[in-house]
Amino acid sequence: MSQNQQEQNPYWQANIRLITISLVIWAIVSFGFGIILRPLLSGIAVGGTDLGFWFAQQGSILVFLVLIFFYAWRMNGLDRKYGVEEE
Amino acid sequence: MDQFTLNLLFVGGSFALYIGIAIWARAGSTSEFYAAGRGVHPVTNGMATAADWMSAASFISMAGLIAFTGYDNSSFLMGWTGGYVLLALLLAPYLRKFGKFTVSEFIGDRFYSPTARLVAVICLLIASITYVIGQMQGVGIAFGRFLEIDATTGLLIGSCVVFAYAVFGGMKGVTYTQVAQYCVLITAYTIPAVFISLQLTGNPIPALGLFGEHTSSGEPLLAKLDQIVRDLGFAEYTAAHGSTINMVLFTLSLMIGTAGLPHVIMRFFTVPRVSDARWSAGWTLVFIALLYLTAPAVGAMARLNISELMWPNGTDGAAVSVEQIENDPQYAWMATWQKTGLLDWEDKNGDGMIQYYNDANADLQAKAAENGWQGNELTNFNRDILVLANPEIASLPGWVIGLVAAGGLAAALSTAAGLLLAISSAVSHDLLKGQLTPNMSEKSELLAARISMAAAIVVAVLLGLNPPGFAAQTVALAFGLAAASIFPALMMGIFSTRINNTGAVAGMLAGLVVTLLYIFLHKGWFFIPDTNMFTDADPLLGPIKSTSFGAIGAAVNFAVAYFVSGATKETPQEIVELVESVRVPRGAGAAAAGH
Repeated sequence: MSQNQQEQNPYWQANIRLITISLVIWAIVSFGFGIILRPLLSGIAVGGTDLGFWFAQQGSILVFLVLIFFYAWRMNGLDRKYGVEEE
Repeated sequence: MDQFTLNLLFVGGSFALYIGIAIWARAGSTSEFYAAGRGVHPVTNGMATAADWMSAASFISMAGLIAFTGYDNSSFLMGWTGGYVLLALLLAPYLRKFGKFTVSEFIGDRFYSPTARLVAVICLLIASITYVIGQMQGVGIAFGRFLEIDATTGLLIGSCVVFAYAVFGGMKGVTYTQVAQYCVLITAYTIPAVFISLQLTGNPIPALGLFGEHTSSGEPLLAKLDQIVRDLGFAEYTAAHGSTINMVLFTLSLMIGTAGLPHVIMRFFTVPRVSDARWSAGWTLVFIALLYLTAPAVGAMARLNISELMWPNGTDGAAVSVEQIENDPQYAWMATWQKTGLLDWEDKNGDGMIQYYNDANADLQAKAAENGWQGNELTNFNRDILVLANPEIASLPGWVIGLVAAGGLAAALSTAAGLLLAISSAVSHDLLKGQLTPNMSEKSELLAARISMAAAIVVAVLLGLNPPGFAAQTVALAFGLAAASIFPALMMGIFSTRINNTGAVAGMLAGLVVTLLYIFLHKGWFFIPDTNMFTDADPLLGPIKSTSFGAIGAAVNFAVAYFVSGATKETPQEIVELVESVRVPRGAGAAAAGH
């Protein structure tokens, strides 16, 4: 029964949606652009090498940073919207 | 002033600073010892967590591993930063809301089982001790260099310093000390990198210099580096050589492991509010990224410098002469590092020159036969010395060398102290007070905490004498273990109400056992050399090396927990309510009371 309660809880659903979107981006920049899709990006030159190398060594770190701050900002907003923020 | 005095001055000065802070902020109560009274600002906490997190592996070892392998070791960069995304999104705010001191307390309460808590403690201890081995390696190398002794003696001296240092402060002392250590280590890492980047590319920001132009040749830096290492018969720097599957699994293991390491998670118990736990993970990554964006530049530039030093007349000209190595001040670092036993060369063909090349490469073997070379003559170059030797290799002023020695020690010490704290709280708080002797007084709990620190150091030193790999590789094994055991239990505990006590215990044990087995099969039983049955060059399961197995261990953990929970009784209603309360920030203050 309470499994149902959770699934119907719009705050938790919104959170799960946000987490899913963020983790998809997280995986695309690191495992995708940095490793698996690197051969596809090899045509795009960046400073003596290709875009995949840049993502593997710098780009993904920068995206991770943006993701965490974006998530914190959105979640703190959701906390207020659904009235579950800390007193 | 000579280099030795200068090193002593920098290292001594920074130590005096840390000890001063530790005394000023001494822990009085158990609550302060473990969690600093929960009064730490997110930015301060982020900085301290970054120092805690960036260990000998990040500071001393990582750039060296990248330098000698190139692109394939990008896993360290992505893995050790990407884990913070998992931590911030999946764990930190909820564990802060739960509001207890330790990770195993959460597991014990959420899975309503003292057995689950015990299993969690065992997982934590195994992962943390493996991690401390890697730190002690780094401590040994740093002490070896700056006292100009061999690395083993350095390790023994270093362990005494780590012990004295960790035993006197708890989390509160450690938090403020770690802020100071962060400042020392980031300055020490950045300054030489800026100098070297200016020398090679004219760009003062190393991260941009890496993708910039090599001033003396007019080519892009990475293209120049690729060409030089190719000429010497080594694998091209920017190209992928290893297996893609292994690289994905290795990166994933490091990421999951980051989010499962007790000493990192513990930091998020110390922020005042749930929303601060979210910000705090972001701030931590900001401070970590400052080093991680510089590290690949340090690696590539050092590799270029070393290659050019060994071949001062270009790769087609004559190699560096033994006489030059012995007399030219530019090569003085080689003699200094030879004393640590981590760098060595030998004029095998007696031509008075030291040829550095890949003697396993067919083209270079042909060239060697033509020129009368008898194998690579730079016989030993331990990857772990690269960062510490880097300012000397680039002929930077003496004070930079002293600063880097102090920075390396700061990195190793801060993490060793954080880990020892996690180990001691696991033993005294979770094992003794939580399970065996619940009526223990605060005073004897603190005593037990300190005794367990001492025991952990002794074990780490014994195993650190014959480490299973370079510092960052040893540390990677610890991450695999944390990934396979702790992270899945924490995540399922928050995101699923269906996983019950039996499922969690079975999952953690399955994940830990398969990962530990895989590691021992490849690295030797209990890391004792020559007891391994497979090697990472030819692993048991296709391309999957022992350092990458953590991700598979985690998958085993999730699967076992899911199926066992499905076959056993549902979680009781009060636990479902506990999970639901952990999911919302409201009411966090009230939950903060101790055990």
